[in-house]
Amino acid sequence: MNTLAPFLPTIAALVKIGLLVGGLMTAAAYLVLVERWMAAWVQDRKGPNRVGIPLTKIRLFGLGQPLADGLKIILKEDFTPRHVDKVLYTAAPLVILAASLAIFAAIPFGSVLPPLGIPGLPDPVPFLVAPGLDVGVLWVFALSSIAVYGVLLGGWASNNKYGFLGGLRSSAQLVAYEIPLGLGLLGVVLAAGSLKLDAIMNAQAESGVWYAFAQPLGFIVFLVASFAEAARLPFDLPEAEQELVGGYHTEYSGIKLLLFLVAEFLHMVTAAFLIVIMFLGGWHLWGVTGSSQEVTWLGAFIRFGVLSTKIFAVILFFMLVRWSWPRFRFDQLMNLAWKVVLPLGIANLVTVATIEEFRPQLVERLGAGPAGVIALAAPWAVFFLGWIAAGMLTPSGTDNTPIRTHNMLDAERELVEV
Amino acid sequence: MKPTDPSVTWIEEKPLGLGERLYLPLFVQGLTTTARHLVSPKLTVSYPEQRPTVGNPLIYRGVHRLNRDTEGRVKCVACFLCATACPAHCIDIVATNSLWPDREKYPESFSIDELRCIFCGMCEEACPVDAIELTSLLDLTGKSREEMIFDKEKLLSVYDMTKDAEPMKSASLGGTL
Repeated sequence: MNTLAPFLPTIAALVKIGLLVGGLMTAAAYLVLVERWMAAWVQDRKGPNRVGIPLTKIRLFGLGQPLADGLKIILKEDFTPRHVDKVLYTAAPLVILAASLAIFAAIPFGSVLPPLGIPGLPDPVPFLVAPGLDVGVLWVFALSSIAVYGVLLGGWASNNKYGFLGGLRSSAQLVAYEIPLGLGLLGVVLAAGSLKLDAIMNAQAESGVWYAFAQPLGFIVFLVASFAEAARLPFDLPEAEQELVGGYHTEYSGIKLLLFLVAEFLHMVTAAFLIVIMFLGGWHLWGVTGSSQEVTWLGAFIRFGVLSTKIFAVILFFMLVRWSWPRFRFDQLMNLAWKVVLPLGIANLVTVATIEEFRPQLVERLGAGPAGVIALAAPWAVFFLGWIAAGMLTPSGTDNTPIRTHNMLDAERELVEV
Repeated sequence: MKPTDPSVTWIEEKPLGLGERLYLPLFVQGLTTTARHLVSPKLTVSYPEQRPTVGNPLIYRGVHRLNRDTEGRVKCVACFLCATACPAHCIDIVATNSLWPDREKYPESFSIDELRCIFCGMCEEACPVDAIELTSLLDLTGKSREEMIFDKEKLLSVYDMTKDAEPMKSASLGGTL
């Protein structure tokens, strides 16, 4: 036992990695099924409901579909076109998948386990592959930016104009939306006073006020930006099927395409994790989970369940949104990023910073209760004012009315005047 | 037509109101529409277990059949009008002298290549004695090309199979018996 002791943290980390990667891959496969179901239901269809247990007639509502999908795509020919850059072409899906999986090293997927009493292991054991990583949030954002390289490399190495356009659009979009994403995040980091995601959850659990309520503007900014980061509709320009065939993965087939698709789903899962952890209280639910770090086994699993349920709900929202609104045009996308979401993010950051700066004085002068009310009311006031200002001041559309003249000269003159 | 034509009515697009500029009506409309459809009854027909409903069997164009007259003989008089009308050239008739006194010829063999057929219903239109008809059978499958060439016996058996569910249209439409 004693000889094993130095390796125990490593073994614990490996077990967590195994659980997390296995769970994520299975989740991604089943989320594809959920996505297809949602798509079908929204379109008044029934969706995949035939494939059940292989070699039997048991259907299980189509729960065998991911297995069939996976087998099909793995058994397809892994075709490499002659005109591609072979090294980058092969590296791109690996980069994107590795980055999407490595993100989860710093993302907690529960609260803590009760003390196990094993010497050499830290007590209590957190649901986190790399506990104590002080730059957790930075790690997440650095790696999600590296995932962009996978998209870019894929688009570039394909040597195909659709792939190239997809990669270009993707780079412009992801660079534009990294900034509001970071601004939304900064508000939370300021309020929680930590870059650790588990500390951010604990801060929300202790105060009982989720940051979505304390910083509504930051929540909206982060939500919009994470839709764009995950390249989900209405911001799925990198892979707009109707315009770009498939975007950056046009030239990919077989298992490499599968890696891209899984990575894309993992992006959505990551986004859902971050939204829930940073803005929706993580594992905290009023009256159900406590806020202390001392938990029973039951409590640990209730917290895990609460977190999973919230994440699943956010993912369902992602999928519902996909069918609710049309895709943005590219100029609208850029307008939204730079003229609407970015200023709103800055407004939120300034509000949060001001409140955090003057909170001690307010508490001292007014008492904890009124100070708390003010600290809650001010962000909401900024939220409404900011939203209305954004709606009034920004160009919300382009004038597409045709010029009503049959004389081309007049038409041109009018164009020049405008 | 030119844009200045007086018969063209131009409708001005309303300027966006505050609500629309705030993106809220669009947000609510989109979500309520999808949420409503999410729970609404589904239109999918689970095919092998559930049969699709054929709107009006009288005008549905499915598998062909050769009708029998009241004595159980084939009604066809081998006039070749259907084969002539067929745009896909899928009807092949071999005529021979009639065995019966009420007609000159009858088809010794009558075959339809169901794979070539485009189910346009021209044969049905052309037939002067309402012998060939399209039924509402819609799932036509086979394991070989040869199997899909329906001969006279098979077409008559389609009639025997469907005559109760779909009586000859000709009677109800005032056609020949």
